[in-house]
Amino acid sequence: MIGLGHYLVVGAILFVMGVLGIFLNRKNIIIILMAIELILLSVNINLVAFSAYLGDIVGQVFAMFVLTVAAGEAAIGLAILVIYFRGRGTIAVDDPSRMKG
Amino acid sequence: MTIHAFAFYVFATIVVASGALTILSRNPVHSVLWLILAFFNAAGLMLLVGAEFIAMLLVIVYVGAVAVLFLFVVMMLDIDFVELRAGFTRYLPFGGLIALVLFAEIVLAIGVWNFADIAEEARLGAVDPSVPNIEAVGRALYGRYLLIFEGAGLLLLVAMVGAIVLTHRERSGVRPQKISEQIKRRPEEATRNTQPEVGKGIEL
Repeated sequence: MIGLGHYLVVGAILFVMGVLGIFLNRKNIIIILMAIELILLSVNINLVAFSAYLGDIVGQVFAMFVLTVAAGEAAIGLAILVIYFRGRGTIAVDDPSRMKG
Repeated sequence: MTIHAFAFYVFATIVVASGALTILSRNPVHSVLWLILAFFNAAGLMLLVGAEFIAMLLVIVYVGAVAVLFLFVVMMLDIDFVELRAGFTRYLPFGGLIALVLFAEIVLAIGVWNFADIAEEARLGAVDPSVPNIEAVGRALYGRYLLIFEGAGLLLLVAMVGAIVLTHRERSGVRPQKISEQIKRRPEEATRNTQPEVGKGIEL
């Protein structure tokens, strides 16, 4: 069986890629949301890997909760994106001070 | 190299490559599709360690719901994506530096880390090999973590209501069905009995 370290490195690469994605696509909220999904995916991979190698089911239960939060976050984020676009006609995040009330 | 190790390296390579293409693609639709590929291969990685339920959940929730939601929003909004890519190369050195430092730190932490001696005894849900994975997850969810599970359901409900409230708008110029007024109508006010003479019409 593959060592735990391999899984952790895959998770680390995905996490770093998500952070890099936030930096690179600073104006495009959609890509930023996708990068956040990547980060949460890497967290899930870590949780599941730890759960499997320690022989403890709790890690998988918590991976499920992370999944729940990720789904809710994506739904709310995209809803905010849609109303932001409706009001401004663009999704550039340069001028978020308009987002009042 | 066993088939297990081979499968791991295939899944890991594809998940890393598609993760990179997700953040580097010019077209957001391609980004979403690469994200879907990344989710599929992450599910494969989880299958390899025996977490079947989470793997299937990942495919159903992420690919079936979240990624399709992204795809829907990307295609629905009419956005000039070329303009949004401005500054991509400007942030590349800085972002790359931070990413490298972060990655080095994480790998360093993984290198010196090990399971604590008490980790085996401190397990709350030790895995019994004779119990299937989905049954073990179900026992933990509906036993010790029942309250948190209910909280997660409540979170999803709040998220759903929030998303609907945020995106709902009153549109003018449309003629919606007024159900209450329809139900309030009685035969007395809607119909009238007349006995017109032969050859004459009736006035309404």
